Amino acid sequence: MTIDLKTVKHISKLSRISIDDNKAKKLGKDLNSIFSFIEKLNELDTKNTEPLTSIAETTLKLRKDEIKSENIREDILKNSPDKNKDFFVVPKVVE
Amino acid sequence: MSKNNGEYLIIRNDNKYEVIIGLEVHAQVLSESKLFSTSSTKFGSEPNTQVSLVDAAFPGMLPVINEHCIKQAVKTGIGLKAKINKRSIFDRKNYFYADLPQGYQISQYKNPIVGEGSVTLDMPNGEKNIGIERLHLEQDAGKSIHDIDPQSTLVDLNRSGVALMEIVSKPDLRSLDEVNAYIKKLRSIMRYLGTCDGNMQEGSLRADVNVSVRKKGDKKLGTRCEIKNVNSIKFMQMAIDFEANRQVDVIEEGGSIDQETRLFDTKKNETRSMRSKEDAHDYRYFPDPDLLPLELNDNYIDQIKKDIPELPDEKKKRFIEKFKLSPYEANILVSDIEISKYFEEVSKNSDVKLATNWITGELFALLNEKNIEITESPISSKNLSKLINLIKDGTISGKIAKSVFEIMRDGDKDPITIVEEKGLKQQSDPKELENLIDKVITENPKNVEAYKSGKDKLFGFFVGQVMKNSNGKANPKLVNEILKKKFK
Amino acid sequence: MSNITDLKLVELVDKIKKKELSSTEVTIAFIERSKKSKKLNTYISENYENAIKKAKIFDQKPDFKKKLPGIPIAVKDLFCTKNIRTTAGSKILENFVPTYESTVTQNILDEGGIIIGKLNCDEFAMGSSNETSYFGNVQNPVSENLVPGGSSGGSSSALAAKLTPATIGTDTGGSIRQPASFTGTVGLKPTYGSCSRYGIVAFASSLDQAGPMTHDVKDCSLMFEIMSTYDIKDSTSVDFKRENYLTNLNENIKGKKIGIPKEYRVDGMPKEIDELWEKGIKIIKENGGQIIEISLPNTNYALPTYYIVAPAEASSNLARYDGVKYGFRSKGENLIDMYEKTRSEGFGDEVKRRIMIGTYVLSSGYYDAYYLKAQKVRRLIKNDFDEAYKKVDAILTPSTPSSAFKIGEKLNDPVSMYLNDIFTVPINLAGLPAISIPAGHDKKGYPLGLQVIGKAFDEQSILNIAFALEKNISFKNNITDWWIK
Ligand SMILES: [Mg+2]
Ligand SMILES: [Zn+2]
Repeated sequence: MTIDLKTVKHISKLSRISIDDNKAKKLGKDLNSIFSFIEKLNELDTKNTEPLTSIAETTLKLRKDEIKSENIREDILKNSPDKNKDFFVVPKVVE
Repeated sequence: MSKNNGEYLIIRNDNKYEVIIGLEVHAQVLSESKLFSTSSTKFGSEPNTQVSLVDAAFPGMLPVINEHCIKQAVKTGIGLKAKINKRSIFDRKNYFYADLPQGYQISQYKNPIVGEGSVTLDMPNGEKNIGIERLHLEQDAGKSIHDIDPQSTLVDLNRSGVALMEIVSKPDLRSLDEVNAYIKKLRSIMRYLGTCDGNMQEGSLRADVNVSVRKKGDKKLGTRCEIKNVNSIKFMQMAIDFEANRQVDVIEEGGSIDQETRLFDTKKNETRSMRSKEDAHDYRYFPDPDLLPLELNDNYIDQIKKDIPELPDEKKKRFIEKFKLSPYEANILVSDIEISKYFEEVSKNSDVKLATNWITGELFALLNEKNIEITESPISSKNLSKLINLIKDGTISGKIAKSVFEIMRDGDKDPITIVEEKGLKQQSDPKELENLIDKVITENPKNVEAYKSGKDKLFGFFVGQVMKNSNGKANPKLVNEILKKKFK
Repeated sequence: MSNITDLKLVELVDKIKKKELSSTEVTIAFIERSKKSKKLNTYISENYENAIKKAKIFDQKPDFKKKLPGIPIAVKDLFCTKNIRTTAGSKILENFVPTYESTVTQNILDEGGIIIGKLNCDEFAMGSSNETSYFGNVQNPVSENLVPGGSSGGSSSALAAKLTPATIGTDTGGSIRQPASFTGTVGLKPTYGSCSRYGIVAFASSLDQAGPMTHDVKDCSLMFEIMSTYDIKDSTSVDFKRENYLTNLNENIKGKKIGIPKEYRVDGMPKEIDELWEKGIKIIKENGGQIIEISLPNTNYALPTYYIVAPAEASSNLARYDGVKYGFRSKGENLIDMYEKTRSEGFGDEVKRRIMIGTYVLSSGYYDAYYLKAQKVRRLIKNDFDEAYKKVDAILTPSTPSSAFKIGEKLNDPVSMYLNDIFTVPINLAGLPAISIPAGHDKKGYPLGLQVIGKAFDEQSILNIAFALEKNISFKNNITDWWIK
């Protein structure tokens, strides 16, 4: 299979990464070579194989319902590129 | 066009359309801390003060699940008579939004914690079962505020990561009344269980509404539209009404419905396509590699089952059987756990019938007038039962009781004290009553004659006069009896 | 006395405990050498002044019960460090200063370690040559213009150049072992769930694991002992019995069954690597170990599997870098425009490439064909190892199919770059521990490594086997100080 330019653009949209046409072409080429190498997996019959989601040899551990986090608003906002005293600030969202 | 009684039809040009509704209710889990972090879930705090590093998705932060939220979901599942899945998986739902700090929502996709169940609605024309498709746990997003700053959107992450139960119904709802009943019933069940406070003003209960229409008689479901995040029953009904009519218009004009997500504009009372979000509408669900599958054993589930309180359906049955209430009365009294608690407290020590009437009558009117919940009632269940006992044992009449109630509502005063202080005790001494009656008879000879010659209606006049002369304190039952004897 | 910076970690600890050296002396020595080694470009952020202050405080009230008493350590810039800038080698985190500490670095601090700086790495650990870092290439001290491996390239280079007595890296597909192999150092990728991932900038959550990089196996045992703790803040952390790996370290491998997977003899592998492998096999036999030929039939599918699983997880893990909460933001006309520009300008090409691959394999219509398929093959790969471990205690392979290459050599051919990790990737997919130790040099004089793969949570066994190999190989690093004028 080949990944065409339209698909590259669609993926870039989904990824929220803008790319110009030149980059998209180059990326398309890279992706095609990577995927032709990935296609190797089709050689394997996995009809009766259970997918492996987690390799951790443990069960999901549970936490008590306790409040341990204090108000750390200053820390939370500290690294934000745009904020005011109370909020993160982002460009206007139009719905 | 009828929207009620199980049939909601839209008629255009001789075509009858049936409206099919399914709800995805988002119910906030009652818990101290969030689903995957230890920050507080308290409502109404200063912006961004209940945000941990995990909630704001700082690099390297990892989710650790809150056991209580799991228990709450299982409880709710049991309340919905649903299958509890012993193995469930947390997935990531990927999309970008300002109030979604991780760039994904941790949710459950293919393997939810709760499977199929059902909810019974009491409709005027009988019971109706609404199928539950599933219930899953997921994180809430933060809040984007668009109306403070004209240039920018502000983001508050206090809600970010709060546990939600998404309860998905089957497309079994057929009218606006059913939607109303369904939401109320869900809310009631969760409040009984203590798994969600159901507070719609605070956003503890919201719904995505799926609406489709089909020509009456068609078997195949039409294409549905999903109206996102509607936060009151009234708005849900308005949105459905608008959307169903819109779809019928489209079909009648020869068009077809696009499956899409729409937004309900409460000011314009219309639904609007959210196409801006649509172009990147591929959530790329996959199992969250930061979490492992959640495994529950029978023991755990059985333990929770044991602790499930009596739920509205069972309580209603018991009220009807034990207290001989009508289904209608029982429905009202079990509709909310706090009402049912209040009722049981009152009726424990006093007459059930009177308790029912006083709660659904006077007390509800008072709560309505003050626009308050029963938990905030100015009259305690203890004092209301005392008042009822005063009526029952003849100390005061029902009419006097009403004026006592009026005094009680300003400060929950003990009705016994009120009756004593104001001297409202009913006159039940037959001798005194006879004196009063005799006086009325001698003062109204013409009426006595008229009554005796057949004007039966005048009996009420004599009772009224006696009551009036006693300042309402005469025991009306005894007055009746004595009068009847006198006129024999 | 020899130069302080020539000493190994365990030796330094010993000398400080014996009060032959102070923390301040040691810290200053490594900092001075680091200052003279800017040409290697190993550091992204320096913490020199603060470190010296801390060393002085340690010396005023030394606690010799600690395992790293006042020992200076530079760490990979993927570990979040409180009040020290943490970039993950990316422009998008160029100015990010965490208010929190990763569990692994906290463990180091708790044992008396002092962080002297943050080391260069491939951007978000995506790379095998440290060439994807926003902060530039790192030089391999072995030879000029040679890559130090990746993604923990700053770590391997700084360690080999003796700018830090030991260091830590992260390994998602080989990112500790391959750079260790390229620089003639020791690198351990522990069992998944052994070291907490809390506070480590995530690349691929189901594969990422932190581990030590050191001059020898002893140092490695000590560092691992410190790093590996059970952590309730990481749901995938495993509560297994942790050993005193250094105390238990011994070279007795008598009766140990060592598997040699035939599938690792890949076409076109340089003869030197084959010879190195034979050398390892011979040493094991000579020391009473038993060599058993095994088969890991799905080895060839590991790389394609990895290049689905890792990018898929990464595409989601990196969605949080959106210019809102922290890091770089580009101006945009609206929110979406801001996201797209921020991420386009903030991420480098390799990261963008992997995000795109990951997005694609998860997207509707392709999930089953790629992501689900990869998860299934991952199970087959794990089964291979489970099968093998019924017969053997550990597995011996080369660490990499080639020695270090020149900077720029593979930059335009992603697939050939990816092939670098062919021997290391299967181990991450199976969640197993593996150690790379230096075992020889190729014709060019570049170091080559051998890899010992263990059973889950059996780090002690592979440390012991590596210890035995190390004794018998007596590898000598031939690094000159060419970069110091
Ligand atoms: Mg929905
Ligand atoms: Zn939802």
